[in-house]
Amino acid sequence: MIGLEHYLGVAAALFVTGIFGLFLNRKNVIILLMSIELMLLAVNINLVAFSSYSGDLVGQVFTLFVLTVAAAEAAIGLAILVVFFRNRGSIAVEDVNVMKG
Amino acid sequence: MLQADLNIIAPEIILSVYAMLALIFAVYTKKDALAGLLIWTTAALFTGLAIWIGMSGSGENIAFDGMFVDDGFARFAKVVILLSAAAILLMGKDYMERRNMARFEYPLLVALSVVGMMVMVSAGDLMSLYMGLELQSLALYVVASMRRDSIKSTEAGLKYFVLGALSSGILLYGASLVYGYAGTTGFAGIVMAAGNGQVSLGMLFGLVFVISGLAFKVSAVPFHMWTPDVYEGAPSPITAFFATAPKVAAMGLFARVLFDAFGGVIGDWQQIIALLSVLSMFLGAIAAIGQTDIKRLMAYSSIAHMGFALMGLAAGTAFGVQALLIYMTIYVTMNIGTFAFIISMEKDGRPVTDIKSLSMLSKREPGKALAMLILLFSLAGVPPLVGFFGKFYVLRAAYDAGLAWLAIAGVIASVIGAFYYLRIVFYIYFGEETDALDKGKSPILWGFLMASAVIMLVGVVNLFGIETIAANAAATLVN
Repeated sequence: MIGLEHYLGVAAALFVTGIFGLFLNRKNVIILLMSIELMLLAVNINLVAFSSYSGDLVGQVFTLFVLTVAAAEAAIGLAILVVFFRNRGSIAVEDVNVMKG
Repeated sequence: MLQADLNIIAPEIILSVYAMLALIFAVYTKKDALAGLLIWTTAALFTGLAIWIGMSGSGENIAFDGMFVDDGFARFAKVVILLSAAAILLMGKDYMERRNMARFEYPLLVALSVVGMMVMVSAGDLMSLYMGLELQSLALYVVASMRRDSIKSTEAGLKYFVLGALSSGILLYGASLVYGYAGTTGFAGIVMAAGNGQVSLGMLFGLVFVISGLAFKVSAVPFHMWTPDVYEGAPSPITAFFATAPKVAAMGLFARVLFDAFGGVIGDWQQIIALLSVLSMFLGAIAAIGQTDIKRLMAYSSIAHMGFALMGLAAGTAFGVQALLIYMTIYVTMNIGTFAFIISMEKDGRPVTDIKSLSMLSKREPGKALAMLILLFSLAGVPPLVGFFGKFYVLRAAYDAGLAWLAIAGVIASVIGAFYYLRIVFYIYFGEETDALDKGKSPILWGFLMASAVIMLVGVVNLFGIETIAANAAATLVN
């Protein structure tokens, strides 16, 4: 029997994968965007699982909002990435270093 | 029923409809030629709404089943946000126009981010919290990379985006846990689920994640690493905007979540906030010492100031929230003046941000140098200037709440922090002779700089009565 904790486990694993993807990845900014998506989708699994197990629809409504915002976020992220690429000629993470810090 | 709800959120509706209509209008007519006009109308609309919100509202109005709360606290924060955004728009106009950066999207993106901030400080539900936060952040990511041909500006935008999205994800994960263990997203429901001092482990995890996400937005240590780079890379007027209105909104949201949703379990979050506060104050004070770029220095300065503001929050009392509101208002006023000066710093028409270029400014422009001296002393918290009273309130709040160690740490940090403000004063008055900066031509910048400096002096009398207003506002949040 698959219970709530299994869903939460999957979501937590995905979320941690996303965070590690952000911090360990040294190659490509696109992978950062994918990691961010992964984190948001982990949250969605959480919300839907809670919603389904407590019989409360609010969690699913929240999920729809998160999906919409994630789409807008990805669009803006890619747009900024394109402008950055035009200036720098590269989207490698180690090239995002004009300013120290 | 719906009509009543709509009346409560009327300012937000007006502002967002204005932004969307103006966007379409500008696209189909003269585009960037309208930028100057749009900056004026947006600033005028901000001011008008601030006066309206400040004068009209009374009591606590709840719209959309508790999703949106319009109370004294929200109104106080909204007035500060709107007025500071209007001031920053006007200050940056000349700078943007002379550098071909005056795009018509700029004032409209600022307007949209201000709508997001107004929703943030009024949020009564995890969903409206998230939507407000994202509306604000998404607009700010674009504004940070506004200067499309500059590698620094686009890099600032990229860094801001990646770390901002990370913090939103962390906050959202916390929100999902809180929802799951409280069974509702409304703050009123959460405070009941966590009300009796007993909070489940899952909810505690959620609370920690939410606090981490919000700490990113207020740039508290250890979530501050984006601040110096974004401040340095973004064009000066936009840096000025980042340093003022979004900080007030994020602090307002912070206070709203902690007191409205987790007001029953103050003991559980008090220590976390106190730790964030201490780390921010010390890192801000120490890391700023080696900086040569004045915008980077202001970034560390704002980290330290956020540490002090968090001290008011850590107190967990109504007086603490009052101190927080007073502190944020003073901080915003000082920053508007300081950034009016930074925006006017240029040599041969190009912006300069090196601190050494200020050498012997006192000989060439004694008026501006004196105003800057007052502002820097006020930022450092030297009595009897207004900045000292801001620090005094938060220190007293922390002391009254039994956090004497925090208050002592705050005093030590502010003494260390005074060093780098005084270093700038040293350059202005005793530096070596170097190539002169251009004389500032903009009367708007001069006006804001002088007004801010005068407020720092005159405000000593009674802080313009802001004390009682902030006390009333804080009383609506903490009860």
